Amino acid sequence: MTKEKDPAFVKYRRIVKRFGNVIAVDDVDIDIPEGSLVSLLGPSGCGKTTLLRMLAGLETPTEGDIFINGKRINDVPIHKRNLGMIFQNYALFPHKTIFDNVAFGLKYRGVSKEEMQERVYKALELVRLPGVENRKPSQLSGGQQQRIALARAIVIEPDVLLMDEPLSALDENLREAMRRELNNLQQEIGVTTIFVTHDQREALSMSDKVIVLKDGIKQQEGTPAEVYNHSANHFVADFLGHPNFLPVIVGEEQDDHMVVQLENGKTFLATPSTQFKRGEKAEIVVRAQKLKMAPRAEFHEDEGMNYLFGKVKDRSYMGGEVSYYVELEDMSTLHIISFVRRIPLERNDEVFIKLNPADCRLIKV
Amino acid sequence: MKKLISGWSLIKSYTLLVYIWMFAPIVAVVLLSFNPQQFGSFPMKGFSFRWYGELLHNPSILGAFKNSLILGSLTAILATSIAVPAALAFVRYEFRGKDFLNTLLIAPIMIPEVVLGVALLLFLRWLQQPKSFMLLLLGHIVLTLPYVMLVVQARMVGIKKEYEEAALSLGASPFQTFRSVTFPLLSPAIFAGMLFSFTISFDDVTATLFWATASQQTVPVKIFGMLRNSISPEINALGTIMIILTISLPLTAGYFIRKFARES
Repeated sequence: MTKEKDPAFVKYRRIVKRFGNVIAVDDVDIDIPEGSLVSLLGPSGCGKTTLLRMLAGLETPTEGDIFINGKRINDVPIHKRNLGMIFQNYALFPHKTIFDNVAFGLKYRGVSKEEMQERVYKALELVRLPGVENRKPSQLSGGQQQRIALARAIVIEPDVLLMDEPLSALDENLREAMRRELNNLQQEIGVTTIFVTHDQREALSMSDKVIVLKDGIKQQEGTPAEVYNHSANHFVADFLGHPNFLPVIVGEEQDDHMVVQLENGKTFLATPSTQFKRGEKAEIVVRAQKLKMAPRAEFHEDEGMNYLFGKVKDRSYMGGEVSYYVELEDMSTLHIISFVRRIPLERNDEVFIKLNPADCRLIKV
Repeated sequence: MKKLISGWSLIKSYTLLVYIWMFAPIVAVVLLSFNPQQFGSFPMKGFSFRWYGELLHNPSILGAFKNSLILGSLTAILATSIAVPAALAFVRYEFRGKDFLNTLLIAPIMIPEVVLGVALLLFLRWLQQPKSFMLLLLGHIVLTLPYVMLVVQARMVGIKKEYEEAALSLGASPFQTFRSVTFPLLSPAIFAGMLFSFTISFDDVTATLFWATASQQTVPVKIFGMLRNSISPEINALGTIMIILTISLPLTAGYFIRKFARES
């Protein structure tokens, strides 16, 4: 019998987790290819941490199976799973030196003293913190502590690296730097990694695959570009940032697009995300960055584009770009993010907005 | 307008009077313990360690001291050995009747010692057992356990679960995790709890009066007995030693509690 290699290194199969009457995770399947970095993204209470903790062995699934490398691990106790876990608050042992912290996992793996030393120093070098081995965790900054936590997790050469909001305790600037460092390191050692976060930018910038969760149910799974540009539903579109939603009634198909009618009676072209019936209520989602805006005086119509008209209500300068809020003729508001123009638009300027049908995604409500 | 006596200075002098009223008797005991005369009165006529010397040659007092030390130490060790796993269970695990059990263990704090003393005696009578050192020890464990529980539990709550989870994920078994992570982090509280229970046991009169046999007297009970016959200056000296012990031990415990609070 030839055994075909399963592309999924980590597999969740029909996982359900109940805490009393609360369903934390509801029938979730996840496949994680070897060596990839997969994010579990969602608001608090969406079940992402529970999914991670079940893989770690800190929670037991109520139903379903979890496999690592083809082996079912539901009944393997946590200390025999060979996983590296990184916590939000680092969880370095405060009473041990940095060396003892990093060496902790090696003690239970029958590693000789010389090898232990060698591997600890190598791990410290990998996280670019050589020479701190005799200090206590409290003598290091937050970012340094997080790197030690990383060294402690990878020194044991884990099958899977689990990170639970590892960057959320760091301040903004440091977070960006750590995010890139984590990414590089993960690429370098090639360890399969699961990353739990509620920060969509983190998830989009770091992952090979993003899994969006809400109320314990998987909403969408795909590459960062897929989930951002082709959000499957209202929630995913909303959660991934800067969406505009326009309620519409579905008309007929036209080439690749769908003719839809806005509430103000205008017809628009939109790109359908799935099958729609004529007359169905639906929604167009378009990202604030995809909207083009110009003074109304410069208006000219291009073939096959959608247009809206309105008045700038509010604008805030954000350095390289400007965030505008435009009130449309029907009193609804659009959010637009655009690069700074040579002649900036002011409050109460009359404007027109151009929407490319390719950026207008039609989704179910 | 200038007031002769401000409200603030009235409060200050009132506070001073309260302190004098509280501490003057204690200061008198300590001072008189260094008075060489048989019948102490102020002003003192000289300074000597005579009564401390006599204490050292009084076998019944030395015996009581030995009893107190053994009883206190055993109480401290046993109460703490019960409190640590109990605190671990109460803080880390969910089980039915947890709140009820926890209240039950803390309850002896709220029950008057006289009631506790009589209750244990009646229980012993019902078991048809004679009074013994065992009874004294059991009684003192009941008395001190709530305090140890409170100290250890408070610390346990402060030890983040993630430390243990990190250790487990790195390959330490649950027992190895307890030994190398939980216990070291808990140890200042364990030490403080032991000192507390020792002090409480060493100091207790009310309940111990009910439980102590003639041959198993503790120091406070001994002092109580001596007072019934006469007021010997030896009592002053013994009292001074008791004061030093019962003040310094909780202070040491408090020091350790603050020390680990700072460290974590």
